[in-house]
Amino acid sequence: MTKHIPHESAELHVSGEALYVDDISASPDLLVGRVVYSPHARARIISFDLTEAKQVPGVAAILSARDIPGHNQMGPVVKDEPCLASEEVTFVGQAIFLIAAETDAQCRAAEKKIKISFEPLEPILTLDDAMARNNLLGPPRTMSRGDADSALQKSVHVIEGELRTGAAEHWYLETQSSLSIPGEGEEMMLYSSSQNPSETQALVAEVLGVQKKDVVVEVRRMGGGFGGKETQGNHVACWSALLAHATRRPVKIRLFRDDDMIMTGKRHRFLVRYKVGFDDNGKLEALKVELNSDAGAATDLSFAIMERAMLHCDNAYVVPHMHVVARVWKTNLPSNTAFRGFGGPQAIATMEHIIDRIARTLHRDPAEIRQKNFYGLTNNNVTHYGQRVEENRLHTMFEQLVKSSDYAERRRAIRAFNASNEFFKKGIALTPVKFGISFTTTFLNQAGALVNIYNDGTVLVNHGGTEMGQGLHTKIRQIAARELGVSLDRIRVNATNTSKVPNTSPTAASTGTDVNGMAVRNAIGTLKERIAESISSMFNEEKKSPTTNAVDIRFERDEIFDSKHPARRLAFADAMRMMVMRQVSLSATGYYRTPGIGWDKIKGHGTPFRYFAFGMAVSEVLVDVLTGAVTLLRTDILHDAGDSVNPAIDIGQIEGGYIQGVGWCTTEEIKWDAAGNLMTHSPDTYKIPTSKDIPLDFRVSLLKNATNPNAIHGSKTVAEPPLMLGISTWLAIKDAISAVTDHNVEPEFSLPATNEVVLLSIEKLKCHTATKASPHTIA
Amino acid sequence: MRESVGIIATINKKKYEIEVAPNTTLLDVLRDQLGLTGTKRGCEIGECGACTVLIDGQAVNSCLVLAAQIDGHEIVTIEGLADGNTLHPLQESFLDHDAVHCGFCTPGMLMSAKALVDGDIDPSEEEIRIAISGNLCRCSGYQQIVDAVKEIPKK
Repeated sequence: MTKHIPHESAELHVSGEALYVDDISASPDLLVGRVVYSPHARARIISFDLTEAKQVPGVAAILSARDIPGHNQMGPVVKDEPCLASEEVTFVGQAIFLIAAETDAQCRAAEKKIKISFEPLEPILTLDDAMARNNLLGPPRTMSRGDADSALQKSVHVIEGELRTGAAEHWYLETQSSLSIPGEGEEMMLYSSSQNPSETQALVAEVLGVQKKDVVVEVRRMGGGFGGKETQGNHVACWSALLAHATRRPVKIRLFRDDDMIMTGKRHRFLVRYKVGFDDNGKLEALKVELNSDAGAATDLSFAIMERAMLHCDNAYVVPHMHVVARVWKTNLPSNTAFRGFGGPQAIATMEHIIDRIARTLHRDPAEIRQKNFYGLTNNNVTHYGQRVEENRLHTMFEQLVKSSDYAERRRAIRAFNASNEFFKKGIALTPVKFGISFTTTFLNQAGALVNIYNDGTVLVNHGGTEMGQGLHTKIRQIAARELGVSLDRIRVNATNTSKVPNTSPTAASTGTDVNGMAVRNAIGTLKERIAESISSMFNEEKKSPTTNAVDIRFERDEIFDSKHPARRLAFADAMRMMVMRQVSLSATGYYRTPGIGWDKIKGHGTPFRYFAFGMAVSEVLVDVLTGAVTLLRTDILHDAGDSVNPAIDIGQIEGGYIQGVGWCTTEEIKWDAAGNLMTHSPDTYKIPTSKDIPLDFRVSLLKNATNPNAIHGSKTVAEPPLMLGISTWLAIKDAISAVTDHNVEPEFSLPATNEVVLLSIEKLKCHTATKASPHTIA
Repeated sequence: MRESVGIIATINKKKYEIEVAPNTTLLDVLRDQLGLTGTKRGCEIGECGACTVLIDGQAVNSCLVLAAQIDGHEIVTIEGLADGNTLHPLQESFLDHDAVHCGFCTPGMLMSAKALVDGDIDPSEEEIRIAISGNLCRCSGYQQIVDAVKEIPKK
């Protein structure tokens, strides 16, 4: 194990010194920005009058769509998302006006004076309604292997059904924030909470009608992102920039929590229909899946998210005949967006739900059915889209986890417990995750870096990735130190800045360390070549023989030396001073593009992923049959992080990802009312897990001897995959519910399994049992 | 409504005489008037705990306290947790256990933990989970934080 290295900003965090956008001390000139948004899910804007509002003392500007100097557009992929609504509003929470004033109270006073009249139109607020009215956002997509229809006809067992999975709020602790500071001429400097500073820069330039060279976006850190700031961090940035441009003063917008929850998109709700065929042993033979997602009012990343869902319908299992059809539907809700897992969780929950049903149908342990269907090590290892599952860890991990979690013994104990307890039932489930790593939009798999070495021997690393708590900068610092053979304290990772590294991809798709780490390594490689060349010449100038060759120069332990003649050596800092005297450039860029991937979107075939990440979890729960309350008793996780760059950070990410998954699967319920108003718009109505919701016994470990040949220093990303391990908790709850009928009846179940869902499911099972037990009862 | 109220309070061992608007929260005064930005704005309705500070040793959500109410009281914020350059053992322990991810919940989490360990030097795991249950964290699975509080380096 690597020595313990804490998060690079940890000392600043524990002392309260770490700065977020809202903490940056701006000039006394600073104005507060506020967004006025639509109270209607769908309406035509008839007219508005800002005259009175503009007269409120302290108000510096009130802007409408007419005041946008550039394009009124902030759609990241498809240009279907106006920056400010002009003629029509399409969801509650859509921005219409922007106010800048000396204080927030003045902004609110002005908001009350705005006069606007709407003509309300009938909105579409549910997936079912969107489907009934054929309100597709774009053409459906399919992905196929074999002939699912005829295979299903031949299968001994066929089951079908549907599954609904809920939306979820990112609930980053730091809400969407941006500070815009106008400079001279067209210059605009932004401090943003954005996972995608290059896109923020592009959209700000677009709405201001200036060029990218005039806009700089800097991201020191985010107080959490989880995908919620991949595209939607752009919005506040555009709004604050518009106000700063109009007033020629710095403007900060930090959304209030409730506004943030009302205005921004969530994880896509899914309605999945499936039909699966399998044999007497539970071997999958054929699967037909219909994926329907609720995109909300605009495209955002909905098609990419659906694509990842299509690519993860198999999760970890071989399905010889498979047909997936996917439809993205448009509704009058905020545009749904990236959220850790990016469509993967909905698809994987479906597959795991199907396996669970197969096991119940055959009266077998679901873990056994899972193992039986895992991708093979040498054959049966090609996915439905044609990518081979290399370095398959599923079998090893299953073997290890079943043993370390004492699965078989606990399964027996649970059976005994359930047989002797009427009002409490226990359940257990083991679920795997296989997650493809790379952007499926292939060109995004690239990264850049700029490394500067100063003549005091310290190093400033710039790269395109952003820090949102995942520990990216810490890992980059470790990678840079290792590559340069220097101690960590010489290295600082700079705030991400579009003027240092241009045209970057978002920090997303779990690729942050993989691609940026490689770019940093490549930059350092260039520097080391230059330095080695000059130092070897220097050694040879000092003494002709023996000759030092540049290729023999090594960088280790803060020294640079000739490996063939180790007496020829220099301290790193001394060497850097000499390099400047010898006119060697100590600044270099690095670039990386992920090799070996290629993906035909039209055919739905190819190698979209550089590699697969694997994880597995066993969760055990206790369900109170009379109330539906759930206690998470124990969770064992085994995760594959390759040769982890930082095991402590990875374990933290795994625990956090899993708990976030548990939230999505259990307590986090998003509800809109019949007019499209978000009812769960604050932490007192929307419940993310607290310290009291984590497993009473929580055991997480990393798979040993698991070098990954496809990423930096043998490591493997952690990032998104552990979220999908939360599904083990969801299915453990279902297992406990199912115990009410001794696993003879398939319970009604959906996601999230809130206490209400659990209780209702149990009550229905009880009715079922009662009816069966007393055949004379007239139904 | 009066324009402002004069209050005298001790904040991080320093005595302050300040004028505050009667409807201003302690959170806003700390951040906007005194520049103590370590205390975070999370939800501003007392649910997330990001703004937790100590008033006379008790952990409170500073977004729910009117600034005028602190007159005559002693406040400790995250900036007052360390003793000069020496970190508080809780801060050390958070570093040792990687209890810090994005860091936004960290100041409030530390203040809730301090209120707990000041009253009970050896709390059980369950007591710790209860004590920090008003502090939301979205990055971690809380386990590292609980471990950090449980295993404070004993001096």
